Amino acid sequence: MPWLFAVLVVGYAMVVGGYAATVVSFALIYAVFVTGLNLFMGFAAQVSFGQNAFAAIGGYLSAVLTATYGWSPLPGMALGIVAAVLAAAIVGYPALRLKGHYLAMGTLAIGLITYEITVEWQSVTQGYMGISGIPPFGIGPYEVTSDRGQLILLSLVVAASLFAAARIRRSRFGRALSAVAGSEEAAVALGIDVARYKLAAFLLSAGFAALAGSLFVHVVGFVSPEVFGLHMVIVTFTMLYVGGIGTVVGPLVGALIVSLLPETFRAFKDYQDLAYGAALILLLIYAPRGLASLFSPRGRS
Amino acid sequence: MSRLRLEGVTRRFGGLVAVDNVSFEVPTEGVTAIIGPNGAGKTTLFNLIAGALPPSAGRILFEGTDITGHPPAAIAAAGLVRTFQLVKLFDDLSVLDNVKVGCHLRGNAGLFGALLRPASVRSEEAAVDARARELLAFAGLSAFADEPAVGLPYGRQRMLELARAMAAGPRLILLDEPAAGLNTEESAALARIIRRIAEEGTSVLLIEHDMTLVMNTADRVVVVDFGRKIAEGTPAEVRANPAVIAAYLGTGKPGKGAAASGVQEAARG
Repeated sequence: MPWLFAVLVVGYAMVVGGYAATVVSFALIYAVFVTGLNLFMGFAAQVSFGQNAFAAIGGYLSAVLTATYGWSPLPGMALGIVAAVLAAAIVGYPALRLKGHYLAMGTLAIGLITYEITVEWQSVTQGYMGISGIPPFGIGPYEVTSDRGQLILLSLVVAASLFAAARIRRSRFGRALSAVAGSEEAAVALGIDVARYKLAAFLLSAGFAALAGSLFVHVVGFVSPEVFGLHMVIVTFTMLYVGGIGTVVGPLVGALIVSLLPETFRAFKDYQDLAYGAALILLLIYAPRGLASLFSPRGRS
Repeated sequence: MSRLRLEGVTRRFGGLVAVDNVSFEVPTEGVTAIIGPNGAGKTTLFNLIAGALPPSAGRILFEGTDITGHPPAAIAAAGLVRTFQLVKLFDDLSVLDNVKVGCHLRGNAGLFGALLRPASVRSEEAAVDARARELLAFAGLSAFADEPAVGLPYGRQRMLELARAMAAGPRLILLDEPAAGLNTEESAALARIIRRIAEEGTSVLLIEHDMTLVMNTADRVVVVDFGRKIAEGTPAEVRANPAVIAAYLGTGKPGKGAAASGVQEAARG
């Protein structure tokens, strides 16, 4: 069911094109980010309010390397992901000693600091002005410029991300993450190196965030600090909880719903935000474990 | 050679001496029980052995190797695995997957193994699956394999925790009050399973309040009171030991009246 919904939405956007294609493209980019967030917050049950920092690192490195230094997108993206994962290792190693609220505060700080850097380091990021003229994806002479081409590319990336998440879920690695989520004490007693698995989930999550950040700048052709600001944290959290935290397909469903809801309420004009808020509240009341859980046999709602 | 050897192990919490200069050995074969009144320091002793707490003094040797102060995951990897007084299952996972987590130490597939799933990882997974199902059958849980662990009745949750610990392939298993909260029937089934674990070559060290279980399963009993070892021997010897009777009945030295909680069980034996 959730899969069918996703395929229908993407198919519709593909056929209609135009504005619908843009909205769905952004939703798919968010889906990549939220899939990563879900590995850390859903599978391993940790908290991070700072994954936007890694999206910013991936996005800005891609932007600067391609727009300023004339690199082609693919190596720029690869370097962006490597840099984000390295940054995650440097901050994650000490930060993951924190637990619960302290971890949340620590990671929030990482996001805010990165935001300030993107604003203040004007010689590289051009501050609030942002960087424009970022080339679209392409290998050699082939560039993905059409709405439909981008939708297909993004769908493939999302499919690969979800496939990775599904494989992780049903593996020794994924079970170890679930053990960390269930009881750290019991996990340790079974010989699981809890700190190592938390860090691994954090790095993976940062890698997905950087990938999403890089996808964004190449699809839009422009980047500014607001793109990866606090707003992104709030939107992606909403997506994760609405879709279904800890499930494989939840991030995609959440990203699509949260992106499309405001559009469907556009007819309400002044009451758009109110209707959107009401819809979210209803979702959380009737599907507290997310929409994806409504259709899974294990779902308890 | 003994499986486990404690030499003068002591643990202080501020001014309180929770475990006071305790020495004993767990033989390679059979079941050893630690008994004692509430608050005698039994669980602290377990936490010291399993590495959850560092001792203030003394040495702990597992199969002749000094494991004092080693991190708990490393102690588990060495072959010494514990269960908890309060059941700690992985609620999000199925019953079968809980036992598979127990097999963690027997595998080595990592992230890339998960993503690429080469033949070596597939065969490792198949072996883990077979081993986990075998242990579920052993614990009488086969019928619940695909149910979420959190939905099991309490007695079966205890069995699952035991199966999960056995999945780690321990040579010594520490059971912290395994019969707590079980009814008579479940407790008898547990006693049979503990005996079988011991017969199959895993040494068992358990803490227990349920004297029936102790007398039915233990080959050796160590009695602690106020953090000190006060007696050691076969169940029959311990039952006849005046110091043990004093600790449980609260006669003997003044100030030990609070220890009278286990009275009836001990007397009944």
